[in-house]
Amino acid sequence: MSQKYYLLRNREIPDIDQMPVYLANGGYQALRKALNEFKPEELVELVKKSGLRGRGGAGFPTGMKWGFLPNDGRKRYLVVNSDEAEPGTYKDREIIERNPHQLIEGIIISSYATKAREAYIYCRGEFLFGSEQLKRAVQEAYEQGFLGENILGSGFSLDLKVYRGAGAYICGEESALLESLEGKRGNPRLKPPFPAIAGLYGGPTVVNNVETITNIPAIVTYGAEWYTSMGTAKSPGLKIFSVSGRVNRPDNYEIPLATPLRTLIEDYAGGVLPGRKIKAVIPGGSSVPLLTPDKLDTPLDYESVLQAGSMLGSGGCIVLDDQVCIVGATARLVKFYREESCGKCTPCREGTYWMTDILERIEHGLGTPADLDTLLDVADNIGGKCFCPLGDASLGVLVSAMKYFRDEFEAHVFEHACPMGAKLYDTVNH
Amino acid sequence: MKPEWIKWAQEAKEQFPEANSSLLPLLHRIQQAEGWLSDDTIRDVASLLGLTTQYVESVASFYSLLYREKVGKNVIHVCVGLSCALAGADKVMEELEHKLGISEGQTTPDGEYTLLEAECLAACNLAPVVQRNLRYHGLVNTAQLDALLADDEKEVKS
Repeated sequence: MSQKYYLLRNREIPDIDQMPVYLANGGYQALRKALNEFKPEELVELVKKSGLRGRGGAGFPTGMKWGFLPNDGRKRYLVVNSDEAEPGTYKDREIIERNPHQLIEGIIISSYATKAREAYIYCRGEFLFGSEQLKRAVQEAYEQGFLGENILGSGFSLDLKVYRGAGAYICGEESALLESLEGKRGNPRLKPPFPAIAGLYGGPTVVNNVETITNIPAIVTYGAEWYTSMGTAKSPGLKIFSVSGRVNRPDNYEIPLATPLRTLIEDYAGGVLPGRKIKAVIPGGSSVPLLTPDKLDTPLDYESVLQAGSMLGSGGCIVLDDQVCIVGATARLVKFYREESCGKCTPCREGTYWMTDILERIEHGLGTPADLDTLLDVADNIGGKCFCPLGDASLGVLVSAMKYFRDEFEAHVFEHACPMGAKLYDTVNH
Repeated sequence: MKPEWIKWAQEAKEQFPEANSSLLPLLHRIQQAEGWLSDDTIRDVASLLGLTTQYVESVASFYSLLYREKVGKNVIHVCVGLSCALAGADKVMEELEHKLGISEGQTTPDGEYTLLEAECLAACNLAPVVQRNLRYHGLVNTAQLDALLADDEKEVKS
């Protein structure tokens, strides 16, 4: 379990959030190399060869995304999505708080590659310390000549601003994020056109996640072959997995893709408490279907997790042990989507309310047999029928929980009580 | 309208290619100074940015961190997401309600504290997590809550 950090360098280099420390540890050398040795198109090719996929959840190939920008002379934008707000996911917060310069260096290189002259970091409103760290680090980068006019004498210029959101999970969806950045309600836009064609202020725009961009300096420094030497052919490289829930060492773990789920939970996160067993795992943030313990040997890469019946998503891994009430856990997650639905489309706005009502009724022993069918019926009327992915995201855990733990839902209905004999939290030593 | 708001609005507008983008930064700045956004404030911001009052209201009402009702000097957010719930967030909320003598969503009569739910604060490794004025306090147990209410220096950095 030897560990070599690239994304979470703050773990081995204290105070790397400070410019002098970052510089003393090779900081901004990748930027110099990118500007001196690469043309923008060559950098796009390098990222394509590395196979880097978007780490915000969708896993779309980053280099390909960059390649979608049209060459029509319009002003281009790079926007970094730092609106991390999905239960179980907390990797980007560590980067922006503890290693902001690697993100900023990645932004400058990525902007050079995509010929953007203006970039924004859209930072979640709740991340007050994170946005303060980013603003300070951006100021330091300007003072060092890494931002602004004619960066390091290369002729390339870039302005970078930190934009603080104001509390809305939906703004993590890229088009809602752009709406928010334009001073509007964070409602998703109809796609197409995709941001690459018409994004911020109508211009060609790349929207990338914090972790995605933080990979870029390492790929420039060590090369595409280094990156593809880890993981699988289709899912290469390193990934941060955020483990939480009923484990002994909840934390961010930076490991190569295709590392088995069991290794992440048992070796890195220390497994579940003594005497307990894993009941289910939500492997990729709260929007993905849960996996049962027979899938613990699944390699954590995009294709294998999909094959196992879930999605890698953001890598937010929530572990449920055998004392967790699955109905209570499901009700809690669906309530999250009810609270965060932007209200733009009816299936999501009404459906998440309806499902939460039913789930809370069942959890409190007041459900009826018809409720179980109604739940799945409502879910069926949300799935694939919403304006943006938030509606579908509310179903992943619910539908899989009803598939794998139907007996537990029925026990709540027919016995009018939780068969675990407990509320969601009662089993915690607190 | 306070005189400094005119200067702040100008500074915000200069930051962005299009004026609308300055709306959230200006609302943040005024709320930081005033504590919340009153109807009069919304009207003044609209005037400063050349927007309609209805538009500014529609935006301000969308975001959970823009307060359209008066809040306490200290806003306490208790994360109730699944990972925090598994670690005892509901008990933390119950204890805070008991200690402050208010229910979630309310402000103490002396105007010191407002108690709110937060839907995942992206700090699940520190669950259960509470924010006091958006500063993180992690691994909170019920015994630590008195210290949390009294001490705003104990910020948790992951």
